[in-house]
Amino acid sequence: MNFKLKDIVPQLITVTAVVLVFGFFTYNAQINMENRGIDFGYGFLSQESSFDVQFSLIEYDGSHSYFRAYLVGLLNTILVSVIGIIIATILGVIVGVARLSPNYLINKFAAFYVEFFRNIPLLLQIFFWYFAALRALPLPQDAEAIFGVFFLTIKGLYVPAFIWQNFSVFFYSIVAAIIAIIVIRIHAKRVQENQGKQIPVFLISIGLIFILPLLSFLIGGVGISFEVPVLKQLATTSFIYEGGVSLPPELIALTLSLSLYTATFIAECVRAGIQGVGKGQKEAAASIGLTPNQVLKLVIMPQALRIIIPPTTNQYLNLTKNSSLAAAIAYPDLVLVFAGTALMQTGKAIEIVSITMFTYLTLSISISLLMNWYNKKIAIQEK
Amino acid sequence: MSKINFLRPDKDNLNTFLYLGSFLFLISVLDVFLNSFFSLNLTGFLPGFLSFLFPLILGFVGLYFIRIEFSGIKQLDLLNKHINTNNFNAVLSLLIIFVIIKSLPPILSWFVIDASFAGDTKDVCTGSGACWTYIKVWMRRFMYGMYPNAEQWRINLSFIALVLMGSVGYFATDRFKKYLTLYYVVIYPLIAFLFIFFFISGGPVFFDFSYGIIAAILSIILGFFIPAKYKFYYFLIVPLALYITLKYFIFFEEYIELGKLDGLNWVETGAWGGLSLTFIISFFCLIFCFPIGMAFALGRRSNFPLIRYISVGFIEFWRGVPLITVLFMSAVMFPMFLPEDFFIDKLVRAIIAISLFEAAYVAEVIRGGLQALPRGQYEAAKSLGMGYWKMHIFVILPQALKLVIPGIANTFLALVKDTPLIFVVGLLEIVGMLNLAKTNPKWLGFAMEGYVFAAIIFWIICYAMSKYSYNLEQKYKTDR
Repeated sequence: MNFKLKDIVPQLITVTAVVLVFGFFTYNAQINMENRGIDFGYGFLSQESSFDVQFSLIEYDGSHSYFRAYLVGLLNTILVSVIGIIIATILGVIVGVARLSPNYLINKFAAFYVEFFRNIPLLLQIFFWYFAALRALPLPQDAEAIFGVFFLTIKGLYVPAFIWQNFSVFFYSIVAAIIAIIVIRIHAKRVQENQGKQIPVFLISIGLIFILPLLSFLIGGVGISFEVPVLKQLATTSFIYEGGVSLPPELIALTLSLSLYTATFIAECVRAGIQGVGKGQKEAAASIGLTPNQVLKLVIMPQALRIIIPPTTNQYLNLTKNSSLAAAIAYPDLVLVFAGTALMQTGKAIEIVSITMFTYLTLSISISLLMNWYNKKIAIQEK
Repeated sequence: MSKINFLRPDKDNLNTFLYLGSFLFLISVLDVFLNSFFSLNLTGFLPGFLSFLFPLILGFVGLYFIRIEFSGIKQLDLLNKHINTNNFNAVLSLLIIFVIIKSLPPILSWFVIDASFAGDTKDVCTGSGACWTYIKVWMRRFMYGMYPNAEQWRINLSFIALVLMGSVGYFATDRFKKYLTLYYVVIYPLIAFLFIFFFISGGPVFFDFSYGIIAAILSIILGFFIPAKYKFYYFLIVPLALYITLKYFIFFEEYIELGKLDGLNWVETGAWGGLSLTFIISFFCLIFCFPIGMAFALGRRSNFPLIRYISVGFIEFWRGVPLITVLFMSAVMFPMFLPEDFFIDKLVRAIIAISLFEAAYVAEVIRGGLQALPRGQYEAAKSLGMGYWKMHIFVILPQALKLVIPGIANTFLALVKDTPLIFVVGLLEIVGMLNLAKTNPKWLGFAMEGYVFAAIIFWIICYAMSKYSYNLEQKYKTDR
C-alpha cells in the first residue's frame, strides 16, 4: 500500500496544481467576459468581415465572412512558407556542399555566408529588406525590364501571367506522367530484384515528364500565351503596371529574408549529414566495384539523408512558424489578418488567438508526425 | 592515361608556363581591380560582351597553365591545392575573387570614404555614403530607449555591477568553487532582480538597501566566529533576521541617509528600451527558462504517466506555436485570465511568455542529453543507493548538461535573436527604436544606416556567444 501511495501522490499533486491553475484562469475569464459584456462563441466566423485584404490568393473582399478572411490569411502563410522552403532548400544544399569543398575560397565564402546571416535576428533582416533595400528600387515609370518582361519596382515585382487554353489536359498529362514514373520505378525494382537487370529509370522519368506535357501541346490542343505587364498612367506622377501577376514587396522581402536565414541552418544540417557518413563507407563501396555515381546514389546519399532529414524538417517547421513575422511588415498572413485585424474588429481575443495557435499547432504536429513516421521507416534496423 | 600533353607544363618547360600563367592570372586580376577602383577599362577596345568576359577567360587560361600536381615551389603548390584543383574550381575561385574585388569599392565608400561622421544635424549628410551622424545623434535612444537622459547612469551602473558580480566565478578559489552553482542559480538572479527592480525602475521600495547592506556586512563579520558546522544555517537565517531587526526595531536614520533609494525617480517599463532592454529581457529569460526547461525535461522522462503526459503536452504546445502568437496571447488574452484588479506589467508578461516558450526548447535539448546517457549510469547510481533527486543532481544532470552545451547555446542564441519580437506588446528594444527613429520627420531616409548598425551589434553579440559556447564545449569535452 505504501509503495503505491508513493507513486500516486506526486502525480496527484501535479494534476491538482494544473487543474487549479486552469480552473482559476477559466473562472477569471468568465467573470471578466461577463463584466465587459463579451459572450464566448465561434459564431462570429460566419459574420461579414467588412475589411479588405491587400493580397489574396482567393477571391475576397469586405462582404465575405471572417472564416473566408481566416482562409485568406492561412493561404498567404502557406504561400510564403512553400516558396521560402523551396528557395531555402536549394540554397542550403548548395552552401552546405560548398562548405565541404576542398577549394579554400568557396569554403570560406560559404562559411562567411552562414556565419553572417545566422547571427542576425530574422526580424531585423526582414526590416532591412523591406524598409531599406527594396525601398531603393526604382519607381514603376523608371523601371527597366529584366529580359523584357519582368519589372522590379518599388511597388513590387511584375511578372507575365500565363493564359492557358485547355489547362486541364496539361494538368492531367503531368499527373499521368507522375503515375507512369511511379509504376516504372516499382517495375524496375522488381526486375532488378528478380533478374539483376538495371533499367535506366532516371532517364525514362526525365523523358516522360517532358514528353507527355509536350504531347499535350501538340495533340491535346493546349495553348499558352503570355500577358506582359504594361505601364499605365493613373495620374501625372502616379504610374502602375497592368496585367500579369504582381508580387507585392512585402512578399518579396519576406521570402527573401526567410529563405536566406533558414538556408544557413539547412546548410549546417547538410554539412553535418555528409560529414556524418564514415569515410570507410565510401571506400568499402568503391572496393566492391561500384562506380562513383553509384557510390553517391546507393551508399552515401541514403545514409546522409537519414541524418539530414530530421533536422531539416525542423527547419521547415521553423520557417513556417517564422513566417508569422510577416505581421511586422504588413504582409497579410494568418497572424496579421486574423489575430490582428479580425481581433481588433470583433474583440474576441480568446477565440481568435486560440484558433490561430491551434492552426499553427496542427501544422507543426502533423508535420512532426509525418517526420516521425519517415524516421521510423528509414531507421537502421539493427537493434 | 594516354592524354595528349596539350599546353600542359612538364619538367622541361615548367618555368615558361609558370611565368606565362602567373602573368595572365595577374593581368586578369589587375584588369578587374583597375576597373572597379579607378574605373579604368583596359579592355575597352573589345566588343562589350567579350570585354566583360575577358578577365575571366584570361584568368582561367592562366590558372590552367600553372596547374601542376607537384612543382616543389611551396606557394604554387598551396595555391593549386586550395583554389585550383580542376577547371570547375578554378572558374569558381576566379568568380569569387572578382566579386570580392568588385564589391569592395562600393562597400568601402559607403561605410567610410563617402560617409559623414561629424555634426549633429541632417544637413551634414550630403554625401552618397552612410550618415553615421544619424546613429551618433540617436545613440542614447538606441541604447536606452525613452529612459530619461539624466537617469541613464542607473542602467550603466547596474550592468557594470552585474557583470562584475557575474565574473565572480573566474576569481573564486577552490574553497568556494562548490558554492558557485548555488550562487549562480539562486543568489545571482536574486541580486540581479533586485538591481533591475529597484535601481533601474526605481520602483516602490519594500527592501531597504541601506539596512540590507548593513545587515549583510554585520552578518559576514559575525560569520567568521561561527563554527563551520552551523555556517550554512547561520547564513540562511541571521542576515534576514538582522535586516528585519534593523528595519523595524532599531532606527539609525541619521547614519543611513546615504543608502536610501527614495531619491530615485520611478521610470515605468514603457520608457525602457533600446539595447539595454534587449539585455534585460535576454538575461531574465535565460535565467528563468533554464530551470523550467530542466524540470519539464525530467518530467518528460518521468515514470509517472500523468506527469509525463503533462510535460509532453506543455513542450509540444509551446514548440508548435510561433513566438509572435505567444506574445499576442500575453498581450491580449492573458489579462482576461487574471482577476480584474490584478495587473501585471507588460514587460513582466513578455518575459514570462518568452521564458515559457524557450523553456520548451531547452527541455527538448536537455532530454536529448538525458537520452544519450547510457543506462549504466542510472543503474550504477541506483546501485549506490541514491534516490531520484540525488541520482539526477550528482550523476545524471552534470553529464547530460555537458553533452548538450551546443544545443543550449543555440537555444540561448535563438532567445537573443527573438527579443526584437516584443514590439508586439508595445516595448521597443533596439530594432523597435530604429523603426521609431526612422519615421521621425527630421531624420527621414536613414533606414539603411540604422539597420546596418543594429545588425553589426547583434552579429557581434551572437557570434561572441557562439564562439564562447564552442570554447565551453571544448573545455568540458570528456572522452566516453
